[in-house]
Amino acid sequence: MPDMRGCGMSLIAAKNVTVRLGGADILAGVSLVVEPAEIVTIVGPNGSGKSTLLRALLGIEALASGTVTRSPGLRIGYVPQRLHIDRPMPMTARRFLSLPKCCSDAQAAQVLARCGVSGVEQRQLADLSGGQLQRVLLARALLNAPEILILDEPTQGLDQPGEAAFYHLIEEVRRDTGAAVLLVSHDLHVVMAASDRVICLNGHVCCEGAPDVVRDAPEYRALFGFGTQGALALYRHDHDHNHGPGAAHEHGPDCAHSHTHSPAKELHDHVG
Amino acid sequence: MLDDFLVRAALAGIGVAVATGPLGAFVVWRRMAYFGDATSHAAILGVALALALSLPIGLGTMLVALSMALTVSTLAARGWAVDTTLGVLAHSALAFGLVAISFLPGVRADLSGLLFGDILAVSKSDLAFVWGGAAVIAGLLLWRWQALLTATLSESLAHASGIDPNRERLALTVALAIVVAVALKIVGALLISAMLIIPAAAARSLARSPETMAVLAVLIGAGSVLAGLQLSLRFDTPAGPSIIAIASLAFTLSVLIAPLKSR
Repeated sequence: MPDMRGCGMSLIAAKNVTVRLGGADILAGVSLVVEPAEIVTIVGPNGSGKSTLLRALLGIEALASGTVTRSPGLRIGYVPQRLHIDRPMPMTARRFLSLPKCCSDAQAAQVLARCGVSGVEQRQLADLSGGQLQRVLLARALLNAPEILILDEPTQGLDQPGEAAFYHLIEEVRRDTGAAVLLVSHDLHVVMAASDRVICLNGHVCCEGAPDVVRDAPEYRALFGFGTQGALALYRHDHDHNHGPGAAHEHGPDCAHSHTHSPAKELHDHVG
Repeated sequence: MLDDFLVRAALAGIGVAVATGPLGAFVVWRRMAYFGDATSHAAILGVALALALSLPIGLGTMLVALSMALTVSTLAARGWAVDTTLGVLAHSALAFGLVAISFLPGVRADLSGLLFGDILAVSKSDLAFVWGGAAVIAGLLLWRWQALLTATLSESLAHASGIDPNRERLALTVALAIVVAVALKIVGALLISAMLIIPAAAARSLARSPETMAVLAVLIGAGSVLAGLQLSLRFDTPAGPSIIAIASLAFTLSVLIAPLKSR
């Protein structure tokens, strides 16, 4: 095999992974390697198997074929897409941070402050807002020095400043601790800027590479349609003004209005 | 002291409460109420089998309860409609058990003891069995506590932390089978799941952490045993149902005072 990336010290390696749910192939022949300290983003439309891929990497989803290798004793900080908190179990945020490994009160206070939710220790998880819960989940994931953070749509429920701060924090954690980050998102414009590598998924890997390589790849454009130009433009404005065909006007850096020249845009799920 | 039947009854009841408190908390957290029914109803079939094969009754009930618990959790994991499946299994276990018992003439007279328990007739060896079982369950739950809580809160978070949720579920399943065998003599097959659910549910409205809920469930269960025995003694009511009736009152009280407490 010419591809030697899976052999060295990669944290997680998936080889030709196929996952079948209810008779349908959700993932077919997906290979993926995450090296230490890199930020890898998986993008893809709804139903493209992004969450399933993360779950397969974590060992939750059974594989129909292929292999997933995690480096021995890998410490994973995982933030699921949604944590359904059941009312029946009383659970304070503080107690939650000590599951399954105990942490000190000082560590808990510090990590909560870092995630922007100081002082929620004694609140019940079920009483937290969606954004607060997401931050508490991240705080828990950051404890115990994770070697890799696996984040499934981590900014759901956060407002825009919160989202920006979130990605800032992720980059900071990577810089300070050398933890790798594997995240799933469809917030293309923000995510692409922060990633080392982007994997475009639609049941299989359509294309992968540096953000601007993927952005210009025909597979990616085919998948996200022409309308993505509008979304990407938000982030690209500061770098270039190449709006592609049909661009009728220039935008300032804060422009966020709809691009009327691309009728497909409103269908894209980052808008909602 | 152990020569007094009332002392033996109280100690046996407290032993059961020690086991059902924390285990009942998991039953409530995981919404396994019907699961408890199916397992405890299977105990009657276990008694019939044990008597027919002249095995110790505790062993027979534990084995049948365990196989029922494993069947249910396997079916649930395969995506069977849990609600319906458990309903079918729980009631057919009860029916088959009662039919099987009817073939054993000697036991027939003691049917109400099987269904509702006979706490006032607890012997010293029963007491040893109850406390032995309670110690095993408490030990198992303490040993797995952090992993059990994580797996109960979220299976995917458990996976990511290197915990196998299936193994934790198996630990609970085994504990449930043991508790059924232990509590059969005390509260009877019909009321074992009441002893699991009601004290834990009463503790729920008063607790802010899983640990306080488990401890409160033990205290409420033990208190219900003592008060239920008093009730039974004073008004000559059946002991098992009296204990559960007191626990239900405790539950009602907890629901009423919970809003005052949080104010």
